[in-house]
Amino acid sequence: MSAVLRPGIPQPRWPAPDFTQVPFSVHIDPSLFELEQQRIFHGRTWHYLGLEAEIPNPGDFVANYVGVTPVVLNRGKDGKLHAFVNRCAHRGAAVVREKRGNAATHTCIYHQWSYDHKGNLVGIPYRRGINGNGGYPADFKPEEHGLQTLRVESYRGVVFGTFAKDMEPLADYMGEPVRKRFDALCSRPLRVVGYQRQLIRGNWKLYVENLKDCYHGALLHAFNSKFGMFRTSQRGSTQMANNGLHCVLTTYGKKDEKMGSTYAKVGTYKPAFQLEAPEVVEYFEEHADGMVSTVLSLFPTFVLAQIANHLGFRHIVPKSVDEFELVWINFVYTDDTEEHLYRRRMQGNLLGPGGYLSMEDAEALELAHATILAESGKGHAFVEMGGREMADQDHLVTEVPIRTFWKGYCELMGMKAGA
Amino acid sequence: MIAAELEREVVALNYRYARCLDESRLDDWPEFFTDDCRYYIQPRDNRDQGLEGYWLYFENKRMLRDRVVSLKEVNIYQIHYERRMVSNVEVTGRDGEGWVARANFLVVHTDNEGRSKIFSAGEYRDRIVGSGGGLRFRERVVIADTFTVPSHLSTPI
Repeated sequence: MSAVLRPGIPQPRWPAPDFTQVPFSVHIDPSLFELEQQRIFHGRTWHYLGLEAEIPNPGDFVANYVGVTPVVLNRGKDGKLHAFVNRCAHRGAAVVREKRGNAATHTCIYHQWSYDHKGNLVGIPYRRGINGNGGYPADFKPEEHGLQTLRVESYRGVVFGTFAKDMEPLADYMGEPVRKRFDALCSRPLRVVGYQRQLIRGNWKLYVENLKDCYHGALLHAFNSKFGMFRTSQRGSTQMANNGLHCVLTTYGKKDEKMGSTYAKVGTYKPAFQLEAPEVVEYFEEHADGMVSTVLSLFPTFVLAQIANHLGFRHIVPKSVDEFELVWINFVYTDDTEEHLYRRRMQGNLLGPGGYLSMEDAEALELAHATILAESGKGHAFVEMGGREMADQDHLVTEVPIRTFWKGYCELMGMKAGA
Repeated sequence: MIAAELEREVVALNYRYARCLDESRLDDWPEFFTDDCRYYIQPRDNRDQGLEGYWLYFENKRMLRDRVVSLKEVNIYQIHYERRMVSNVEVTGRDGEGWVARANFLVVHTDNEGRSKIFSAGEYRDRIVGSGGGLRFRERVVIADTFTVPSHLSTPI
């Protein structure tokens, strides 16, 4: 495939054993993209499928993707969570066409094969033929023609699935720093307030790198430093989990420090940029430890983030080697006060495809992908901010989590570094 | 104002709004709105599910002016041209001293290599006050059928 479509893409080489050099070709090689589907998305990893809050009732379902594979998450009649690949076992059509809903069974429109919430085949027209004609052979066994299923687990109401049926439990896969953030942000009942989607012309891993690199925050996203939302000098921490596959970036603020009033101390501050409507950046303190913002990225494509009072999940959905969809799932707590809801709604202007703090990412990633493509993936990215080590840091001026991500990626993909 | 004249004025308001943004006169954009205006951009999938979920949620003119300043001085986004097609303009009812109106839109973005793409298709739901050439939006809700944003959202729709 790649040999025909994209001649001349070099095999990814990892010259540095510490992953400080990332071969650009990993972002544009179609054959590598196919291998990722097998070894990462259908491999030994857990993948975001949806929220229990989205499917509270028996029969509720929501469609999603694991890599490029369409899947459906269901709540069965027994109240339990089930997931299957949305491809009819008969002739391959998508069984579920809606993105969400409630159904007693799922029936393919093509020949009306129907399945229960677990993916078992429960109905086939003309099984015994019509007037003695047609029908399936006597040895046809419906139980052999169910949908492909995933193992499903939920942590704090966030549902994940895996194709590796003998995979370690989700909580073990997460590791302690990740669980602690879930515990801090997802312990209260939550309600989805809306979805935001953007289709970005770039490889999905460019966004994963972006999430793990905090030091672009105050540089690319100038709104941060101009309005005092985030400064690289702020107290922060960089924690890794599960052998560096996941990471948790956190910033802390002083109790008496308010956004929108502290930017006078910032070097790049210019009075002309004062906001007429500071309600967009005004926040209330929500965590006893002074945590202001945190971005948790769970390998490979899931994010849980709180930025000031804005709460959300993000799901990176690869569409092709050159494109991914970024889905923002924003939430509030069901016991939020009106004041809290107002603050979260106002700060909604900060995040998402048009957010003051986030709109630049798509532009930066598209610039990177386009030039990597134009140069046929030759060369390497340089990843040495914060040195060459791989340990947790008590600051954010580092690219450590990018290096540990690539280490884990290479292990899953069967690539060797230092060669 | 009689109905036909009002409809002509509302069409003219929509055309002026489109030309203002097509010509990148961002500073003039807030002036299409009243001080107590609301300007929301909502993706269609949220609206159809009864969710609030906006891309932008501005509830006064100050927030619109901040958007302009931030786009001009702070944010970084794709270098591009814009072209708006506005049609199916209808005044559908009264709203106190003003009117309720709607219109369809298509926004085309052209990048700095000259490639044009549909950026957004959708509908404006408006509450309009004033008279004649002084019509203003008290509320403009932009409903984007294109509920996945191509790349990112910078300038207003």
